[in-house]
Amino acid sequence: MKSRSGVILGLILLAGLLAAAPARAEDAPQSCEVPASLLTSESALPKVADAVKSGHPLDILVVGSRSSTINTSDGSAYPGRLQAALREKLPSIAVNVSVELQVKKTAEEAASGFVKLMEGKRPTLVIWQTGTVDAMRSIDPDDFRSAVDEGVAALQNTGADVVLMNLQYSPRTETMISASPYLDNMRVVARQHDVPLFDRFAIMRNWNDSGDFDLFSASHGIELAKRVHDCLGRALSKFVIEAAHLDPAQQN
Amino acid sequence: MTSIADRIAGPPLVDEADAIAPVVSVPAITLPAGGERELRLDLFRGLALWLIFIDHLPPNLLTWFTIRNYGFSDATEIFIFISGYTAAFVYGRAMIASGFVVASARILRRVWQIYVAHVFLFTIFLAEISYVATSFENPLYSEEMGIMDFLKQPDVTIVQALLLRFRPVNMDVLPLYIVLMLFLPVILWLMKWRADVTLALSVVLYALTWHYDWYLSAYPNGFWAFNPFAWQLLFVFGAWCAQGGARRMSRILSSPITLWICFAYLFAAFCVTMTWYFPQLGHLMPRRVGQWMYPINKTDLDVLRFAHFLALAAITVRFLPKDWPGLKSPWLRPLILCGQHSLEIFCLGVFLAFAGHFLLAEISGGAGMHFVISISGILIMSAMAWVISWYKHSADKSASRNKSTAGNADMAGGG
Repeated sequence: MKSRSGVILGLILLAGLLAAAPARAEDAPQSCEVPASLLTSESALPKVADAVKSGHPLDILVVGSRSSTINTSDGSAYPGRLQAALREKLPSIAVNVSVELQVKKTAEEAASGFVKLMEGKRPTLVIWQTGTVDAMRSIDPDDFRSAVDEGVAALQNTGADVVLMNLQYSPRTETMISASPYLDNMRVVARQHDVPLFDRFAIMRNWNDSGDFDLFSASHGIELAKRVHDCLGRALSKFVIEAAHLDPAQQN
Repeated sequence: MTSIADRIAGPPLVDEADAIAPVVSVPAITLPAGGERELRLDLFRGLALWLIFIDHLPPNLLTWFTIRNYGFSDATEIFIFISGYTAAFVYGRAMIASGFVVASARILRRVWQIYVAHVFLFTIFLAEISYVATSFENPLYSEEMGIMDFLKQPDVTIVQALLLRFRPVNMDVLPLYIVLMLFLPVILWLMKWRADVTLALSVVLYALTWHYDWYLSAYPNGFWAFNPFAWQLLFVFGAWCAQGGARRMSRILSSPITLWICFAYLFAAFCVTMTWYFPQLGHLMPRRVGQWMYPINKTDLDVLRFAHFLALAAITVRFLPKDWPGLKSPWLRPLILCGQHSLEIFCLGVFLAFAGHFLLAEISGGAGMHFVISISGILIMSAMAWVISWYKHSADKSASRNKSTAGNADMAGGG
């Protein structure tokens, strides 16, 4: 039984490889397609939609930990790439993305500073990337959930739309960091508050599985990081446009 | 692993065999009939071991064959339940045969073996991540690499690991098992007095744990990933089934109403899990139900998980009779053998999962490689189980030449 199912699995695998091969050859420099289901959300971004429709500037604030940046100065991390992609897609309005790094802060620590952080800022959309620090410190998932819950509520109180972004897919540290409770709890909070969740983890895993990126790679160079962030920024721009229900006419 | 070493170490093979096969070596007292091995338990424990191994590897094609993708519970439930069952079966008989003190001593010996196995695995883990920490420097993951910081103070880390408070990911099952086995003498002693009361106490403990949020803390912070106060319910339930509970439940189990409830529940769980993998189905799920149900807590053995396991078990028992001829089939032999040597094969599986991660990282992370690693891991586990079994068998044979032991030493190792 085992050997037979082994053969069948092998054939399935082979078929998969053959099907994937030509697709990869066509896309020239970096293909990082994301399945449509990962770029759609049931939840909406009404404030973003209003801003774009009425031609107001679109101010986006990214609040995140260390993985929201890479060691370069030229805006090649995903927030910078998001700004570039949105400016390209929404040429008629001003798009501005700023970043607030909360390095080594758990969701609870970050959330407790939100009121202060948002003083004097009026972003249309806040993208909150969190979970990594909590997973590394194995914070109690229940505490994590209530912290994210409070954080999202605080951000919404300032009148902004909110998008949650979860952890990176990091296969090398998979045996050391247990991501799944934090992924699950972020999904729960997103559902409760009806905010879109940008599933960075699933998207990156998808790229790794499909061979777009070798995320196991031990390369010391910055190139891989730059390409991944470029793809993340573009995927995020599609996600925001999708969640704000901006039809193509408005994008041009 | 230790049991093999023990036998090789000492020349008085008979005594060693006695220590390992205490149940059969006391012929003075007649034991309850039914000494025949329950192959279904071995089969499913073997299956659980394979699934745990696959779940420990990065997701790949075979991951789609693991049950956690199709319902709430996963292989851990099967493993803990069957461990409770076999442990109660083996040591319960020992307790009747040779009394509380001797049986407890044997259980503690087993606990020690599991502890040593855990420390051994921790050493391997330490070697792996020390290597990763020094060789891996992808700027994409500079944040995640912070997890290696504990290597900066090995003194604290290693002591905490020996205290079972520092546990890397994927190494949570053995500490749970150690704690559960540690309390087995008390559980068995209570069971001998009143099995149903023991089960009721276990349920009470479970409920109190949920109510008061009891947990065991871990190092550097956090808590045990499998809360023993909650997971004991499955273990005690397994023990209760072994002590005759299963027989008494047989009427309920054979009722068609139970069957349909189980099917309905499994189907509902299947539908829910599908919404996790196909987010476009998410809108079909009523928001109310989602809010009530999520998150499904693995740490504290969510009731939904427990119920899912019960439903699976009920259906399995119903459709897979004890004397199903397939159990003797050579195709299922590897699974059964793995299940019969669960501690050794479990440790081997954890080790192979580490090694698999390592290979994926060092050679290539492609889907083909994933597949090869999963399959070879399973083959290695089966081959190892076969070797252990062959060794035990031949050791038993030479032992029985001196003394008429019934040659069922595997059973005692089954705890």
